[in-house]
Amino acid sequence: MTAPLAEKKKLDVSRLVLLFSILILVVIVAVPVLLILVTAFFENGKFNIAGVAKILSDPDTYQALLNSLVIAAGTTVVSTVLGTFFAWLVARTDLPFKSTMKALFLVPFMLPSFIGALAWKVLLSPRSGYINKLLMAIFGLERAPFDIMSLGGIIAIESMYLFPFVFLQVAGALERMDPTLEESARISGADLFTITRKITLPLVMPSILAGALLVALYSLSHFGVPAILGTEKGIFNIPTKIYERIYSSGGSFGAIRVGTILSTILVISAALILKLQDLLLKKGQYQVIAGKSMRPVVLKLRGLKYPLLAISIIYISITVILPTITIFLVGGLKTYGLPFQLKFMTWDNYLKIFQWKITKDAIWNSLYLSVGAAFVTMLAGTMISYVIVKMKFRGKFILQFLGVLPFSLPGTVIALGVILTWSGRFGINLYNTPWIIFVAYVARYMAFAIKSSSASLSQVSDSLEEAGRACGATHWQSLKDIVLPLIRPGMISAFFLIFLPALRELTTSVLLYGPTTRTIGVAIYTLNEDGETVKAAALASIALIIIFVGETLIRKFLATLEQRATKVEEIKNVPA
Amino acid sequence: MSQLELIDVTKRFGDVTAVNRLNLRVEKGECFSFLGPSGCGKTTTLRMIAGFEDLDEGELRVEGSVYSSSFKKFYIPPEKRDFGMVFQAFAVWPHLTVRENVAFPLRIRHRPRHEIEERVKMALTSTNLLKIQDSYPGRLSGGEQQRIALARAIAINPKVMLLDEPLSNLDAKLREEMRFEIKDLQKRFGFTIIYVTHDQAEAMALSDRMLVMDNGVVQQIGKPLEIYHKPANRFVFSFIGLSNFIPVSVRDGAAIIDGTDRIAAEGVPPELGSRAVMACRPSDISFVPESETERAVPAVLLRRTYLGDIVDMKLKVGAAELRVQKHVKNALPQEGERCFIRFNSVLWYKD
Repeated sequence: MTAPLAEKKKLDVSRLVLLFSILILVVIVAVPVLLILVTAFFENGKFNIAGVAKILSDPDTYQALLNSLVIAAGTTVVSTVLGTFFAWLVARTDLPFKSTMKALFLVPFMLPSFIGALAWKVLLSPRSGYINKLLMAIFGLERAPFDIMSLGGIIAIESMYLFPFVFLQVAGALERMDPTLEESARISGADLFTITRKITLPLVMPSILAGALLVALYSLSHFGVPAILGTEKGIFNIPTKIYERIYSSGGSFGAIRVGTILSTILVISAALILKLQDLLLKKGQYQVIAGKSMRPVVLKLRGLKYPLLAISIIYISITVILPTITIFLVGGLKTYGLPFQLKFMTWDNYLKIFQWKITKDAIWNSLYLSVGAAFVTMLAGTMISYVIVKMKFRGKFILQFLGVLPFSLPGTVIALGVILTWSGRFGINLYNTPWIIFVAYVARYMAFAIKSSSASLSQVSDSLEEAGRACGATHWQSLKDIVLPLIRPGMISAFFLIFLPALRELTTSVLLYGPTTRTIGVAIYTLNEDGETVKAAALASIALIIIFVGETLIRKFLATLEQRATKVEEIKNVPA
Repeated sequence: MSQLELIDVTKRFGDVTAVNRLNLRVEKGECFSFLGPSGCGKTTTLRMIAGFEDLDEGELRVEGSVYSSSFKKFYIPPEKRDFGMVFQAFAVWPHLTVRENVAFPLRIRHRPRHEIEERVKMALTSTNLLKIQDSYPGRLSGGEQQRIALARAIAINPKVMLLDEPLSNLDAKLREEMRFEIKDLQKRFGFTIIYVTHDQAEAMALSDRMLVMDNGVVQQIGKPLEIYHKPANRFVFSFIGLSNFIPVSVRDGAAIIDGTDRIAAEGVPPELGSRAVMACRPSDISFVPESETERAVPAVLLRRTYLGDIVDMKLKVGAAELRVQKHVKNALPQEGERCFIRFNSVLWYKD
């Protein structure tokens, strides 16, 4: 009598989980995307492709499209060259202090690129940039030697903070690569230069391209750097154009419609890039996993050893330390534009950050929104990946598709979709409340959570759960007592994977903020736009401290977690 | 003049001595195996021969000229040694076709085009790869990938071929096939081969001579059969094939297994004293009828297992437990039955 009862109960849990997963993905992902497409292509209930063509051929939007492409292409090329070179330097040469240098090359990731852009604007803007003024004074120049507020400037700054994407991919590939692939070339008679050219580089080419495409994807839909360096000079890319249109029209429907059309182009480009990456990774899936050989072939730099170390250290100092110091100094100025002298400095700005409403609100908003969104997204993502990885049902591919869709949705697109969905159309109006930002964060970071949880779930062999059931546990009990404890490390890292970028988010929240719902990123950006550069810099300094302390603590915490996790690793890796 | 000569070669990694004062001469056209458990120093030795590792002490000569020398701090780099090498993980380049892989060492040496074509064709033909020469290795099986590695190594007609556990990533059946192919190639072209393996059957089947290594120290050098029948010590005995080690007490050169009162074997070397270890292979023990009392020792059959044609048995003799293997056709006792056994050939080691 008990057997059919238990059977029925199990079905209920699975079905509940399945329905809930579908509901979340439909509400958070499918509806906003559909609404964007509908708004873009339908006018007054009719399909209208002519309207789309008209908006796209408008020189204003056309120029934004072109700029987006130029910036993305330039940033990709520069980041790829930088990232590949530094990765090779760290992984395949006898550069001194290798492990320290490897960690240092990842530090640019910690510095939000819009804060970097703010600092460089302070240093290199043509009229008032401190370095420009200094160089003009020293060499008696009539014009500023550098103009950071240009397409070239935007490309340079984005590359500075995006090259770690390529660096990470390529360094990882070089480290995982079987050293005997290079050794066999050596015993075949090839010298190190030939090996690098004919064996090593072609073998890591898929990773180089994968990193390059990540940069392209990010840069194409990036708001912060073009907004800070371009807007003033009339240089717009797609995200800043959408923002400008919506902002200047007070959120009119016409502006939103232009936004949806531009968004559609962003989504299509992103999808193309991801497809390309997928193809490349499939084609380039070489078996280059490490064998038993001990050390990879290392190029002896000899005379170049210390010059290259110096170049690396100078590069990191210029891209990380110089901007950071600049931001802290500007944050301490009495008025923007004064020289950095002790008599013009004050602690006031820093103290006022925690009193002044805009900045106080911003810190608080960013903290609770990122913690809340990270927690909820992690839970929902775990549930959805359980459904995708472990459950068998018809139409699963739809769920899989919806699960990976957020990967290809740029932040701007998500913001627009959320506006269209949650501005009262379905009876719920979240506009101007923190909830709309919360919903957008959940949508934006859902892909992170699903990716991370799926990875750890697919490592838990089905037989472990089945063994629990065989011992008499119900489906729910075996989930709770066996599966959850095993994937907990994956869930915790998913939480931080969302919390850290959400804390500094700008692209999405800049389209969604209301008078009292500024996030840290939005507050820094708007303060700077309003000419309050000093206050913006002071808030940015506080943000940098929070980010730096946060990242360091979290990294330590994750490292100890990993150590503990390796103990169960052996059991987890039993093949299914 | 030997093809390859190692003189007092020593290698240390930190406090660990990976290879300790190794001396060896390998003649031209010889197939020589390094056999030993993992971590015994055999691969390190091979990598020193290839030039990937420097020597901490000693000297390496090829055809009489110095290739590596710790005293002179002189090393010919691997790419200038004109060796061929095959790695355990195949190490074929996935971005080049089979043909391009094999042609690589010839191209690097800027050989004339017709010679490259000729030699590549020869290498591909002798490894049975001609049909798939335009494929990329990623789509090929492990056996085919390892053949590419072989073809690449023989293409330049190397002075010495170095093979680093080339078959251990293949499944059992393929391993046997490839073993014959390698032997064939060697016979046909007369290469000098250094073959590293932890599989004693592989070493036995392939080599003209071999050495057994443990903890960086050479235990024995000799022909395969010599090593099988006259292992120099307990380690070599146990590493080459299945083994029984039985503690015995010795009286007037006769061995008595602990817990029994019969003489099991005679002729214990007097220098071993009153205690010794008697070693024998499981196949060198036979069952005898009770009536035949000469050197028959009473035993009890504990367990028997069928391994196809062979029956694997565990026996208790006095205080010792033995492993015996017999063909299934023999008359064998039942589990739990008392029986008598005789040791047909034994070796003696210090207790």
